[in-house]
Amino acid sequence: MVFKRYIPVVHRYKNGGYNIVLDVESGAVHVADDLAYELIPLMEGYIKKDSKPEERLPDEVLETILADPSVRELADRFSPDAVRESLEELKSLVDSDALFSEDTYRAYVGSLANRPTVVKALCLHVAHDCNLSCKYCFASEGEYKGKRELMSLEVGKKALDFLIENSGSRRNLEVDFFGGEPLMNWQVVKELVEYGRRREKEADKNFRFTLTTNGVLLNDEILEFANREMSNIVCSIDGRKEVHDAMRPFRGGQGSYDRVLPGFKKVAASRNQNNYYVRGTYTHFNTDFSRDVIHLMDEGFEQISVEPVVAPPEMDYAIKEEDVPGLLEQYDLLADEIIKRRKEGHFVNFFHFMIDLEQGPCVAKRLSGCGSGCEYLAVTPTGDLYPCHQFVGNTDFLMGNVFEGIKRTDLRDSFKACNVYTKESCDTCFAKFYCSGGCAANSYNFSGDINGTYDIGCQLQRKRVECAIRIKAQTSE
Amino acid sequence: MKHIRTLNTRDYRKSVKQGGCGECQTSCQSACKTSCTVGNQSCETLTSKR
Repeated sequence: MVFKRYIPVVHRYKNGGYNIVLDVESGAVHVADDLAYELIPLMEGYIKKDSKPEERLPDEVLETILADPSVRELADRFSPDAVRESLEELKSLVDSDALFSEDTYRAYVGSLANRPTVVKALCLHVAHDCNLSCKYCFASEGEYKGKRELMSLEVGKKALDFLIENSGSRRNLEVDFFGGEPLMNWQVVKELVEYGRRREKEADKNFRFTLTTNGVLLNDEILEFANREMSNIVCSIDGRKEVHDAMRPFRGGQGSYDRVLPGFKKVAASRNQNNYYVRGTYTHFNTDFSRDVIHLMDEGFEQISVEPVVAPPEMDYAIKEEDVPGLLEQYDLLADEIIKRRKEGHFVNFFHFMIDLEQGPCVAKRLSGCGSGCEYLAVTPTGDLYPCHQFVGNTDFLMGNVFEGIKRTDLRDSFKACNVYTKESCDTCFAKFYCSGGCAANSYNFSGDINGTYDIGCQLQRKRVECAIRIKAQTSE
Repeated sequence: MKHIRTLNTRDYRKSVKQGGCGECQTSCQSACKTSCTVGNQSCETLTSKR
């Protein structure tokens, strides 16, 4: 019997002493011993494509596989009985559609593009101004290629009204107070939260407000309000003092680390180490960034997100291709450190290693990604709408405004149609259902097309997924 | 099984039928702002049943 060769849909990798087998299309994750790990690719050529799970590996084919020279070599190294036993175990996984499972979502993806458009999240740029002068800022010190300005209460209210009116039956609505630096327009933030609380009752909605801040203006009064009203606070800090100060100076050039650290510690403590993140950016200048994450752990933070800078390649701080191998090792080091600390009883959560295998997103979410340009929009201080905060200021992507709604429905539709199947390099990538095609802004900035890819970002993303799954394997023993 | 251990995972196929309510968090509203990370999120429907 001759079978067509199967397109690889199983991703195998070794990490931290574990042999991980990821069945891409079903999402099943297995931890294999050395024998099973080596046997899986040898089975691959015998799997029958386009058939029901229980028909993919008929009983009679098992004997053919056992007679395969490569498999017989395995039997010499382990034992014939062990190989047979392992093969039967693997067959049971194939039969239950948890190994070599097939893609059945491609037909379904069309319905995602045709789904009714609802808006469920806004990034509210309440201040296009900033009191820091971060060297890597994509917002050009808060100005976003425009002028320094603050959002008025009127525009902010209209934005919340726009969100409610366009949210359909969605109940949970998210609003991130962003900038520039949102604390530079704190009075408007407070009044918008109060307005939102009134409106949510009338409209039977639930606003989840969040705040992203550099911490310079943080004080007890702000923190008390934020702890009452904000479901998450993102605190920008890069790690070690010298790393932070080099990239996040005040306008006069002096570092901001000493100014912001005490306030961020108060955030963490007053929120009982939950529902906040210290969030940093690493660059070409600190490719040993695991030390920055560890520094943040040592300062007592338990919720940490540190991620690569997104910058044009000509910038001296941009991540270079030659940085990548070392950066991948950094993630391994970090995974080891997190496991070590957890074993010592010190919980720490690294955002990019978070993975919810049991109760993670549905396929619709995994295919369609972040929702930028349709479910998620950014609002400028004057009320202009952009697909997300990273497109703000690029007038090619100006979609409309909160007073008149979406004008560029073509843009909205192109973002809505964007999914893992419209990105050529995602189709064969094992991480596609974890990153769901990645960031449209990154894709655009590096390839000129929201359906393109940013290869360095993809390499780092794949490594983070591998480490995240390894941590799950290790902590589930 | 002796040679392979399977972690508990959500079956994507079943989620095709169950999912799509859209009540889940928007990726960039969490902690990233410069990358799309979806796999780390939780399903609002499943977690609200806990």
